Amino acid sequence: MSTQIAKAIVDGILTGGVYALMAAGLTLIFGVMEIINIAQGILVVLGAYLSYVLQVHLGIDPFIGLFFTIPIMFLLGVGIEWVFIRRLRPQNRTALSILVTFAVAIVIEGLLTLFFSADLRTLNAWYIDESVHVFGFYLPYIYLFGFGLAVVLLGALYLFLYRTRTGFSIRASVQNRTGAELIGIDINRVSAITFGIGVGVTAAGGMVFGATNSFNPNSGYDLISRLLVIVVLGGLGSVGGALIAAVAAIVIEDVTAVVWSPVWASTMFFGVLILVLLIRPNGLFGQQAARAQ
Amino acid sequence: MSTPSAPSSEQNPGKSPSSASPTAQPVPGASARVLPSGRKAQWVVTGAALVVALAFPLIFSNPATTSVAMFTLLFVAASSAWNMFSGYSGYTALGQAVFFGSGAYFLANVANLWHMQGGVGVFALVPLAGLFAGLVAVPVGWISLRTRRHTFVVITIAFFFIFQLLAYNLTGLTNGSAGMQLPIPPWLAATYNTYFYFAALGVAIIAVALSWAVRRSRFGLELFAIRDDEDRARGLGVRTGQVKLSAFVLSAVVTGMCGAVYAYYLGSIYPPFAFEAIFDVTIALMGFFGGLGTVSGPVIGALILEPLQQYLNLQVTSGGVALILFGVLFLLVIRYLPQGIIPSSAEILRNVRARRAEQGGPRASQPDQPTVHVTGPEETPESTTLGEVGK
Repeated sequence: MSTQIAKAIVDGILTGGVYALMAAGLTLIFGVMEIINIAQGILVVLGAYLSYVLQVHLGIDPFIGLFFTIPIMFLLGVGIEWVFIRRLRPQNRTALSILVTFAVAIVIEGLLTLFFSADLRTLNAWYIDESVHVFGFYLPYIYLFGFGLAVVLLGALYLFLYRTRTGFSIRASVQNRTGAELIGIDINRVSAITFGIGVGVTAAGGMVFGATNSFNPNSGYDLISRLLVIVVLGGLGSVGGALIAAVAAIVIEDVTAVVWSPVWASTMFFGVLILVLLIRPNGLFGQQAARAQ
Repeated sequence: MSTPSAPSSEQNPGKSPSSASPTAQPVPGASARVLPSGRKAQWVVTGAALVVALAFPLIFSNPATTSVAMFTLLFVAASSAWNMFSGYSGYTALGQAVFFGSGAYFLANVANLWHMQGGVGVFALVPLAGLFAGLVAVPVGWISLRTRRHTFVVITIAFFFIFQLLAYNLTGLTNGSAGMQLPIPPWLAATYNTYFYFAALGVAIIAVALSWAVRRSRFGLELFAIRDDEDRARGLGVRTGQVKLSAFVLSAVVTGMCGAVYAYYLGSIYPPFAFEAIFDVTIALMGFFGGLGTVSGPVIGALILEPLQQYLNLQVTSGGVALILFGVLFLLVIRYLPQGIIPSSAEILRNVRARRAEQGGPRASQPDQPTVHVTGPEETPESTTLGEVGK
């Protein structure tokens, strides 16, 4: 039993890292632009399909393929922001952003269904099938590699946000959009870059998701609900919060599956959010009373 | 604090007085007798719509048509109910399927418990199912309404998934994924749908009438005050907590009734049909599409979108193409009618009229003309939605 729990915890931490990678984009986009990107779930799936195409048709390893998929997704993100988000009127931007990004998600889902049908796909590589033996249990290599990738990319994101000029602009816009505008930050440019980064990072999350799960164009719905829970749990706009929330929620889910029953595991995942919000309405690391209506 | 709220706070002072004054006066009921011509036209349209709705199954007897019509009416009701809370209060709820499913399972459980025979009698349970959904909404609303805006949206989604998972897991109440059977009505195939059509029509009428009544009432004004500025409304003495929860529960009651009719029509109920994520989004889209916060908006939205969706599903064999068409349609509507059909077309109409007046009249360069023209588009969506109550 105790080894099972230990394995559940290790699994949870490793999977949580990958979910943090997918959620980082969502929370960053929210932080800067105050919009909920409902399309994030299907963009993860799109990232998985891009890796799939590169692997099947060009024989490129999924990890190497990231050098292509991340820039592609970055440009896609900039495009979505430029075409759809920027034009929204400020009065009911929040509500409309949910609608617009949902419509974008539907279109992407439709395109994916058209090109790939609704069949389940998986990525293939030696590290997906083989496992490593550590501390008395077996772990597929992909979980370790995926976690490593998450750490590297989140680290890079951290350095970008805290050590570069554009990063300063983004963080300034998170803290106070009007203030940032007043001191001469080009908010449109920052928004486009943020959306691009948020979507670009998702390409990596999508690749690992595709390597650890079978996916079809429908997979986006389950993903977006989980990502939203993680992002709110961590505090909207906080990348570090998203990381901790992702690991915590998934560890709790995995441990519940072992000690109680797999049937109730997912319920716990969502239940954690409600319990936490009862005590902290802004999430674990949300700004206090931030953005009161 | 942030830019999105800054322009809206610019808007608020502009629209609050203009919106408050026309609505604040009709509330005592004094001006209700003097119907302006626009309102008379609204009564005529409402009456005509009712006549058409009542006569519909007599004219179109094809079961496929009446089935689409019934679903459309259920969505008219559900979307109006959603709008009654989310549209009026500004709290976007994306978990209404919780109440839809609660109503559906309540009907299934009670009908089986009492060994009811299929027939018109089962419809008597529909209002009870609504009340049950309202009961469910009390704790759900109490917890989720502690949060605001985005967090509220996400917590309603979380509640939705919890309830869907509960429907799978609480096998004693729901029989899990094996589903529950409901009593089978003894009606002939030719008239089978008609019974459900009128049941759905009844729920739809209740929903729209409630939505209209709430909009005219002090309660409705309080909801709009919360939408515009919750903290200020609170400061002015609106019991925001109570008001929000009441609207949430009221909306859940109607949604639960829809779920009950739906379950009885299907004859069996399974967790993914009772608690459907698409339902959450669809009713919200219909509300947005027609016009958030208006009475007729969700009705129009449902009347257009539900038949369109059913048609696309039937005609376009490839699921991908149907999704793309649907998504592109939404993007176009958001682009060109960002307030929804009703307010945006009112805005466009007003602009056209102003332009025509400018061109046609010899005194086009009257000093007050330009000011009318400038303020018109700015305040149109809000002031029409708030001012012309019967809309």
